[in-house]
Amino acid sequence: MKRLLLLLPLGLFLVLAAVLYRGLFLDPSRLPSPLIGKPVPSFLLSSTNDSSLSLTQDDLKGSPALINVWGTWCPSCREEHAVLNALAKQGVIIYGINYKDDRADAQRWLKNLQNPYRLTIHDADGSLGLNLGVYGAPETFLIDSKGIIRDKYVGAIDMRVWHEKLEPIYHKLVAENKQ
Amino acid sequence: MIPELGLLSLILALCIAVMQAIIPLLGAAYKDPQWMGLAKSASWGQLTFITFSFACLGYSLLTDDFSVAYVAHNSNSLLPWYYKFSAIWAAHEGSLLLWVWILSFWMTAVSLSGKQLPESMLARVLAVMSMISIGFLLLLIITSNPFSRLLLNTPVEGQDLNPLLQHIGLIFHPPILYTGYVGFSVVFAFAIAALLDGRLDGAWARWSRPWTLTAWAFLGMGITLGSWWAYAELGWGSWWFWDPVENASFMPWLVGAALIHSLVATEKRGTFKSWTVLMAIATFSLSLLGTFLVRSGVLTSVHAFAADPARGVFVLTFLLLVIGGSLTLFAVRAPTLKSHIGFGLLSRETLLLVNNVLLTVAAGTILLGTLYPLILDALIGTKLSVGPPYFNFMFVPTMALLMIAVAIGVLTKWKDTSFNKLKHLLTPILFISFFLAAVVAMLQQRLNLAAVSCVLLASIVILAGVRDIFDKTRHRGLLKGIAGLGRSYWSMQLAHLGFVVCAVGAVLATIGSSEREARMVPGSAIELEGYYFQFEGTRQSQGPNYISDLGLVKVLRDGQEVAVLHPEKRIYPTRQSVMTEAGIQAGFIRDYFVALGEPLGGGAWAVRVQIKPFVRWIWFGALMMALGGLMAASDGRYRMLSRLRSFGSRAFGTQS
Amino acid sequence: MTPIRKRRLGKIFLLVCGVSTALGLALTALQENINLFFTPSQIIAGEVPEGIFIRAGGLVEKGSLVRTTDSLELQFSITDGDRNILVKYKGILPDLFREGQGVVALGKLNQDKVLQADQILAKHDENYMPPEAAHALKEASAANQLTKPLEDNGK
Repeated sequence: MKRLLLLLPLGLFLVLAAVLYRGLFLDPSRLPSPLIGKPVPSFLLSSTNDSSLSLTQDDLKGSPALINVWGTWCPSCREEHAVLNALAKQGVIIYGINYKDDRADAQRWLKNLQNPYRLTIHDADGSLGLNLGVYGAPETFLIDSKGIIRDKYVGAIDMRVWHEKLEPIYHKLVAENKQ
Repeated sequence: MIPELGLLSLILALCIAVMQAIIPLLGAAYKDPQWMGLAKSASWGQLTFITFSFACLGYSLLTDDFSVAYVAHNSNSLLPWYYKFSAIWAAHEGSLLLWVWILSFWMTAVSLSGKQLPESMLARVLAVMSMISIGFLLLLIITSNPFSRLLLNTPVEGQDLNPLLQHIGLIFHPPILYTGYVGFSVVFAFAIAALLDGRLDGAWARWSRPWTLTAWAFLGMGITLGSWWAYAELGWGSWWFWDPVENASFMPWLVGAALIHSLVATEKRGTFKSWTVLMAIATFSLSLLGTFLVRSGVLTSVHAFAADPARGVFVLTFLLLVIGGSLTLFAVRAPTLKSHIGFGLLSRETLLLVNNVLLTVAAGTILLGTLYPLILDALIGTKLSVGPPYFNFMFVPTMALLMIAVAIGVLTKWKDTSFNKLKHLLTPILFISFFLAAVVAMLQQRLNLAAVSCVLLASIVILAGVRDIFDKTRHRGLLKGIAGLGRSYWSMQLAHLGFVVCAVGAVLATIGSSEREARMVPGSAIELEGYYFQFEGTRQSQGPNYISDLGLVKVLRDGQEVAVLHPEKRIYPTRQSVMTEAGIQAGFIRDYFVALGEPLGGGAWAVRVQIKPFVRWIWFGALMMALGGLMAASDGRYRMLSRLRSFGSRAFGTQS
Repeated sequence: MTPIRKRRLGKIFLLVCGVSTALGLALTALQENINLFFTPSQIIAGEVPEGIFIRAGGLVEKGSLVRTTDSLELQFSITDGDRNILVKYKGILPDLFREGQGVVALGKLNQDKVLQADQILAKHDENYMPPEAAHALKEASAANQLTKPLEDNGK
């Protein structure tokens, strides 16, 4: 009886630890996207810089790339933008989805802060964003040469995130493509 | 170069820590004095290397070395030097470094107290502390290296320190708070060492008490500073939010307070042995849990700045080893601990037990409320939050009961107290207190039961303290007797008085606060409780790394100016973030508080004005409690601390 | 049973009583003081009873913030990407309140499904989106993904 009582604190702690362990993986930004392994959803939208140019999912195929969801209304996108510029200079292919934004604002942004994007898709009403399961900006998808989504990162990319999380996968995709 | 040396130094410290965790334990088992003696020099080694590493991070911050990721993320060349320095503990990696640095200080302090302790005890204690050090050094080196570089393209400018953290409070709050948190590792190590040794006697309690008191006092000061910082910086005028991170530091403080009291019973009477050990384990476990909750981002709160499951898994594994291991050891060894000494129903032991139960229940309800959203989310996926009303509903009555227990506890004697004696002591106290409460009730325009009961309880506790002084000195005469009461007695009185002051402040500040929010144009005034807050408009002003709208508000009463306040709205361009700096005039009786909301065009602003009566008492009372703790720790009976003090004065003497 | 044992048993009994009372009280108090979280879609769908305190989260719609000129009353709408609801509030918005950013509003719903907020929370980190707001948007997009193929078929 007394021994049982003395084991009680240990038991309580173990239950607590189990809950905490479960809690660690509840963070919504860490849930894997259901879209991983699936192609980029079909869309027909205009380019942000040229409203007469229409873009579809096929324009994203050909080589592995990042698809970056951004908006001028998103403060952390500004920080991330410099990182994307640096990556683009290194030859990383980046497509942009200008998410729920004003076209004029976005054009000004790209003019003032440089344009790291090979193409920028103008998703004014957020329909493509919704299909991609985007719930905020910035978010970045990694696709392979066939336009299949291979990974996703929620939040602003900095150099550390690039080196530790995204770059290895990107290089793997590039290597796959060469084979 | 310097950052790499910093990391290298951490790795060396880790090697020493591994050595210190193993060899002295073996030494204690085989009674080898040299192996045991290694613990002392190893503690000095860890202190040296971690200090060096700490200095390296400080150097990188002060010299704006933005190639170091931590510096680039948390500093900026325009930042004043003191914020650059305190940025060491502004984010995850650096604050972990601060954690182990403080741990190495505590280890060295314990090793200095060596002469008081049997060699084997000291060796075990230092080994256990070193195990904790290993865990945190590994966490630092593997998952959170503060010295990692941004090699690819070094930014020319840093992202700046989070503006919320640019406050004098930040410079002092984390180091003091951590000193408290980490300090509980000492009593934990003592408990584990004693369990390993199988010897838990009065001596064990006497050795641990000063360390526990010191850690508890620092934790209390840290919490107080945090509360004051939130009050001044968040712009809401609230001093306590029941935010998960606040709760995380408050729980070990509460259980630590229980531990201090049960240690007294164990030291003086040899009772509650296994309970005291359990409390010692619980206090440090809650400190670790606090670290886990903050560092893993499991509970999102105002403070969550590091959300990373990898780190979370690491800390959780570490928790499992430390807490799970020590509780298992407890379950195995505790049955051999027997407290043979009985005590009467009306005795100081009983009252200390009541105190412990109340404090543990308070901490338990806070733990439940803090983790409840997580538990439900984990079990059934419901998203919910627990509001402050829950915490207030549970906490306030518990503290009211605790006040009664304090009053009676002070008047009771060890072993047994006769009911008649107690009645004799208590009757006049109750009489006066009820009389006072009745007077207060009559003076009030609208009867407020909370205020009246608060006055009643406060007066009972204070009068019981005074009554006890008279009772204790009745044989030798008041003046002579007072001189003979001893430092630990006075520190108890001080801490209890602090508790009352804090409680009175909290109740009065809560029920007596008034606030108004209004749209104000320059020259307009609003009235609050007979005071006129006159808004004189704002002007642009330039800080070192921000621009601000600096407002001017005059507080008038009957045409007399009583306060001039400068609320501010700052914009930190680097992070594009806006910060409200409240304009506060502090006072013993009341604070005047003005915060600027948003500009509404045409020079008009949304303005929040508040009058907070007695809000300073909360922090003043909390500091009195902490001071009481420090005073008790420095009691001459615990000579190890006085040795430490003389060492400290020597060390600091040479520095200055 | 010896008197000492009897007394000890009495003490343990008292202790257990005290702790279980406290636990019972705590659980009751918890039940009364939790604020459940709802998304705008759930609110529009009528899942939320009127007159109880809830928390609603989502993104502040761009251009939806409307102030009155003579007081601090204001309104804005929050969206989970699918549906949106109107939030009314009187007072000072937190520093980090921005259009297009996530917020959580604490308050009661009225008959018109307008949230009368007592408190608006925007967290102190500009990279931060309240997890519930993220949750709300996620659910809405998941729902959209389910219905989308049907729409496509209709084309």
